Amino acid sequence: MKVSIYRYNPETDREPSMKEYEVDTQGKDLMVLDILALVKEQDESMSYRRSCREGVCGSDGMNMNGKNGLACITPLSQVAPGVLEGKKPLILRPLPGLPVIRDLVVDMGMFYNQYEKVQPFLQNNTPAPAIERLQTPEDRAKLDGLYECILCACCSTSCPSFWWNPDKFLGPAALLQSYRFLADSRDNATEERLSKLDDPFSLFRCHGIMNCVSVCPKGLNPTRAIGHIRSMLLERGI
Amino acid sequence: MSIRTITFDAIVVGGGGAGMRASLQMAQSGFKTALISKVFPTRSHTVSAQGGITCAIASADPNDDWRWHMYDTVKGSDYIGDQDAIEYMCNVGPEAVFELDHMGLPFSRTEEGRIYQRPFGGQSKNFGEGGQAARTCAAADRTGHALLHTLYQQNLKNGTQFYNEWYAAELVKDADGNVCGVIAIDIESGETVFFKAKATVFATGGSGRIYASTTNALINTGDGVGMALRAGLPVQDIEMWQFHPTGIAGAGVLVTEGCRGEGGYLINKDGERFMERYAPNAKDLASRDVVARSMMMEILDGRGAGPDGDHVFLKLDHLGEEVLHSRLPGICELAITFAQTDPVKEPIPVVPTCHYMMGGIPTNVHGQAIKLSGGHEGEDQFVNGLFAVGEVACVSVHGANRLGGNSLLDLVVFGRAAGLFIEDQLRQGMTQYEPTDADIDQALARVRRWDESSGGESVSALRKELQSVMQNHFGVFRKGDLMAEGVAKLADLRERISKAHLDDKSKPFNTARIEALELDNLLEVAEATAIAAEGRTESRGAHSRYDYPDRDDENWLCHSIFDPTAKKLGKREVNFKPKTVDTFQPKARTY
Ligand SMILES: Cc1cc2nc3c(=O)[nH]c(=O)nc-3n(C[C@H](O)[C@H](O)[C@H](O)COP(=O)(O)OP(=O)(O)OC[C@H]3O[C@@H](n4cnc5c(N)ncnc54)[C@H](O)[C@@H]3O)c2cc1C
Ligand code: SF4
Ligand code: SF4
Ligand code: FES
Repeated sequence: MKVSIYRYNPETDREPSMKEYEVDTQGKDLMVLDILALVKEQDESMSYRRSCREGVCGSDGMNMNGKNGLACITPLSQVAPGVLEGKKPLILRPLPGLPVIRDLVVDMGMFYNQYEKVQPFLQNNTPAPAIERLQTPEDRAKLDGLYECILCACCSTSCPSFWWNPDKFLGPAALLQSYRFLADSRDNATEERLSKLDDPFSLFRCHGIMNCVSVCPKGLNPTRAIGHIRSMLLERGI
Repeated sequence: MSIRTITFDAIVVGGGGAGMRASLQMAQSGFKTALISKVFPTRSHTVSAQGGITCAIASADPNDDWRWHMYDTVKGSDYIGDQDAIEYMCNVGPEAVFELDHMGLPFSRTEEGRIYQRPFGGQSKNFGEGGQAARTCAAADRTGHALLHTLYQQNLKNGTQFYNEWYAAELVKDADGNVCGVIAIDIESGETVFFKAKATVFATGGSGRIYASTTNALINTGDGVGMALRAGLPVQDIEMWQFHPTGIAGAGVLVTEGCRGEGGYLINKDGERFMERYAPNAKDLASRDVVARSMMMEILDGRGAGPDGDHVFLKLDHLGEEVLHSRLPGICELAITFAQTDPVKEPIPVVPTCHYMMGGIPTNVHGQAIKLSGGHEGEDQFVNGLFAVGEVACVSVHGANRLGGNSLLDLVVFGRAAGLFIEDQLRQGMTQYEPTDADIDQALARVRRWDESSGGESVSALRKELQSVMQNHFGVFRKGDLMAEGVAKLADLRERISKAHLDDKSKPFNTARIEALELDNLLEVAEATAIAAEGRTESRGAHSRYDYPDRDDENWLCHSIFDPTAKKLGKREVNFKPKTVDTFQPKARTY
């Protein structure tokens, strides 16, 4: 099958280009990450990130035939119709909207900065008990669909609002984490967290386009979390 | 040759659970510390841990006792775990786990609002007399993810200085063997730098990638062990590799022991629940080495499933959709993705798969690295300036077989302990050993060798060959002649790897260079494993030999010590002197 990969090495290339490779999959429905390994055997200069190879570390977010996802848990058959059969090439590009360091490797700095801005850690100024802080199963259930985020950036880099204002709009991933702590019964910094979000950009640049939801490889729903924060902000305003 | 030097009081190499627990402790102390990690910390292998963290927090059973946990761990280790270290881990454990909750770790909960605990293999109440215990604290089946992200968040809060995507290539030591820091490469720019520190803490994790089939992440290449061995330092019990019973056949991806904890069980091709024959009491929750061997016997006796009869099944469908989706959601995802099997409906094809390195750099409970005065024999001596925590270390709390859920506990307990100890030492005034230019040059030799290579075999082909040698010669069952062959093949590989070729010599984000440097480490770990496995002439825990089928307490109730300089295997005493409880005497190990 044909694979077309975005190549750019700042040391030697003036501008990026797409490079074609021929890979023998023996008709198997391999994961995109397996294809990258086969390409790397042919051409070790092609760089990409990977670690867990099972969809839990968030290293290998990339754009596959136009859609963001994790290479390690995306089988060829799911990339686009015809790719597995070799009728269409597999087209791999770095996540859009972030500066490219080399080939499929992007600079995640802006993405991490926005994450850090939401103070993604539990805050509770009451003295800790000798055992755990108790939490009911119902309160704990509120964290499901939030804490599982693997910071792969597939969502934020598919969000037009983030592309335009990556420094001011926090983006879906950071906002999801913001809500993860707002929703935690053990956290008591709610007021402070909300006041930091109460400006025209941080959160309110979200226009509910839902790109983030459709690409999240963990099936999370940042739009819903953003909606929850929005209602908390509105209630607080009254 | 002069390279840039960056100076800290302490550096931690590794941003998994162990490294980040240590760095958190030190960040809170105000000393100048940095954490170096070859991947962004939350991409470390700890993120993959599923089932939980075992600890007697007395939630599932209000009468639970850390001494029972200690008993299980000693027995699980097949009696070569150090009892002072196991005592410390089990006793301090609850405090360390409650701290994780206070930091925000989203543990699953009981109706009382306490942390949810599930049964895991090898767990008992009342020193083996009271039946199965439920002692593994869980955040659904994503405990490692929850733990790692929580620790990263706390490190952010406390201002830890991170060097993410920096690759530590070599230890720097002075003429007397004192550790002065590490050589590290900034992966993004390709710059090579000397990190100088009074304390260097290795938290580089495991090395499952020496085997062809493993549950481990692609980055688990044993860099810490490799660096230690090249520096002439010994490793302990490195022949002890855990094969996890339930790796997904073909893919190697793990499904947690928590599946069996929640009531799942193994069946052969005839649908028989075969563990009832091998371990009548604990059945599917016997210790991992026991279950893995039983599965291999079924397969070797022709009762394996599939066209090649090479796997068995893990049955979960009887637990019902609701339990599976609430307690084991991640497993359902993995089974569908990697086995095209929905566990709600069908059993998952599984096979024992390389999972965990029980051996590693020998340390005491403070993480201080230890060497022997005579290389492979003699008195314990500290390696000044070097510490190790987590999977790369051999404290040893796991001995010849680790119990499920005990690794995450090991990470936080000993990461914390090392942090506390170093903090204290720094306060008292620790020596900064100074390397000469020649010492630094020596540490740079390997990086330079690859950068100057021209012609020779490729890294990926050699890596594949090494992995298949380990898989075929040092697997679940071992035999003297087969291992001798394996040792010879590795010697040949060493020769060839020393002449292998790095084609891409560019600087920015050159992952080919990193993979080349990792290959050297895989080789070091593989060779140490091979020589130690051939040398331990008995069967104990995970090390199981056809030619020496029995445990030999007379000769081998001890640690093995591999000295890389002489390539010799020696022995080191196991600690049988816990401080607050009576010694657990070796007994026959049945489940
Ligand atoms: C699939 C799976 C599931 C598991 N489930 C459980 C479980 O439920 N309970 C349990 O107790 N245990 C479990 N384990 C075991 C446990 O997860 C590991 O033993 C543990 O996470 C290791 O942690 P660590 O901090 O020592 O190393 P790791 O988490 O592996 O981290 C190593 C760190 O070192 C860094 N590093 C390595 N080399 C270099 C270098 N050269 N330069 C710079 N940085 C470097 C890496 O970037 C990384 O940050 C599981 C293991 C696997 C494979
Ligand atoms: S819903 Fe909001 S956050 Fe998500 S993609 Fe659209 S604008 Fe971005
Ligand atoms: S929300 Fe989903 S897509 Fe976004 S970073 Fe987290 S896991 Fe990735
Ligand atoms: S390699 Fe970890 S998510 Fe793909």
